Amino acid sequence: MRAACCEATVLRHEVIADDIRLLRVLWPDRDHAPHAGQFFTLRAWGADEAPFLSRPISVHKWEPETQTVEFLYQVIGEGTHKLAALKEGDSFQLTGPMGNGFDVESLTKTYKKFAVVGGGIGTAPMYQVARELAAAGCKPDVFFGFRDKPYCMEEYRSIANLVKVSTDTGAVGFHGFVTQLYDPADYDAVLVCGPTVMMKNAARLCAEKHTPCFVSLEKKMACGIGACLGCTCETKSGEGKSVCKNGPVFDATEVF
Amino acid sequence: MADLKTNLLGFSMNSPIIGASGTVGYGVEYEELADFSKIGGISGKGLTLHGQYGNKGERLWETPSGLINSIGLQNPGVQHFIDVELNEMLELKQKYGTVAIANLGGHSEEEYVEGAAMLSESGVDIVELNISCPNVKVGGMAYGVKAEAAGEVVRMVRDACKKPLMVKLSPQAENIPEMCKAVEAAGADAISLTNTFQACAIDLEKRKPVFNNIFAGLSGPAVRPIALRMVWQAVGAVNIPVVGLGGIATGRDALEFIMAGATAVQVGAANFANPRAMETIAEEMAAWMDAHGVKTLEEIRGCARNAE
Repeated sequence: MRAACCEATVLRHEVIADDIRLLRVLWPDRDHAPHAGQFFTLRAWGADEAPFLSRPISVHKWEPETQTVEFLYQVIGEGTHKLAALKEGDSFQLTGPMGNGFDVESLTKTYKKFAVVGGGIGTAPMYQVARELAAAGCKPDVFFGFRDKPYCMEEYRSIANLVKVSTDTGAVGFHGFVTQLYDPADYDAVLVCGPTVMMKNAARLCAEKHTPCFVSLEKKMACGIGACLGCTCETKSGEGKSVCKNGPVFDATEVF
Repeated sequence: MADLKTNLLGFSMNSPIIGASGTVGYGVEYEELADFSKIGGISGKGLTLHGQYGNKGERLWETPSGLINSIGLQNPGVQHFIDVELNEMLELKQKYGTVAIANLGGHSEEEYVEGAAMLSESGVDIVELNISCPNVKVGGMAYGVKAEAAGEVVRMVRDACKKPLMVKLSPQAENIPEMCKAVEAAGADAISLTNTFQACAIDLEKRKPVFNNIFAGLSGPAVRPIALRMVWQAVGAVNIPVVGLGGIATGRDALEFIMAGATAVQVGAANFANPRAMETIAEEMAAWMDAHGVKTLEEIRGCARNAE
């Protein structure tokens, strides 16, 4: 199933923290439903306005009953600042769903005990991941790392066995790295999204314990559908793969 | 209702809109996003004989009204294209009538000739010879600067390739009219221009160039008026069809190129801002024509030159 391009309507837009927003929108295309780990490109400005490219943002939550999708994102540059100005009732260009995402159906056939690991805004897609795992009868253990203050943690209670948090500053939870919160040996598979350095660490620790590890990568992208080859990442075999189309989720041994 | 049907090198196209090489994959990527019945053709991602990974490091950089790219001709190679991607392009053609154009780059004259000879035996409609990629260090661009070198490689490819041959020129050419004449004399059936403009960006935090190759290719509306000037010059210099491209994002933009004398136009970077850009441009062209009582593109093609 390929992506669709629609005018989506803002249902709610919440300030979660200084630079964190939760955008809830009505996705009108019933034929293109997203799943965990996929993303959309968002454009709340004209085709002739800056920034030139639309912004790829992962699905935080998808509700098929109401056709609503939620995006949890960080306001960083020009594009996300323009997104942050969206108000309830506004409509904007939404294209997707894109990418392979986490194939929860196939993952839960092979593995039963999952660790879901997120770092910073990389926790955003892991909510839908945990929801789908729980729905498939495999409630995961959730381990999230933040710089200082955690956000959007409340809703994990019903879909996770266990939730542990680390912070760089020690303000909340464990004072240290998120990868110190769990032992990969305790899990059948570890699913990770966060800063590259954190994902590399998670992948290395998993490899040491022979635990399969799946990571969700991030790259600048122009088309989002594998056409422009702007987001190519080099795999271990030297082959180039598109983060947008072949990923963003990869077996960690393939890319790190 | 205005008729956008366009004849390019004997192929009857739905519209003068062609997806520009490097921005639309091999077409199928956009199949569900865009209305292909309004698109004239697809120029596939630039090929090299053996295929290659492309450039390492940063590949995309946004600029005002534009995008600098340093992809570096990442592609699966000519044989893989013929075995796999071309079939997808031909399926699209069967479904929607989009003409299948293979874009061929190279690192040496031998590579160009061998790739062209292989494509000559394939089901591709038109070969677009890319002598203008700014993102590969050896070859490509080298042929795009000097008219003599361009003429030489076009002549060799012409001898090896029975397919209609469209030569894609670089805006870095020393002299656009001379380049166009050399390429026409060497046997090109059509000319497309322009490829991206050699550009540069510096990352202030890292205090070094953004791109590993330092220079990369700028496209998007930022280059459009310059590209239009070059298309104007090309139309004046040769008798073969000229396909114009460079920052076309609206129907009005496309009509400017048509009025400058372009037979067809290509749409590239605009597809990134709006995945439906190609069909939108076709619709906007038709709407303008309807509003002005223009029934076919023939009525206005090159009309701006009458004042010359």
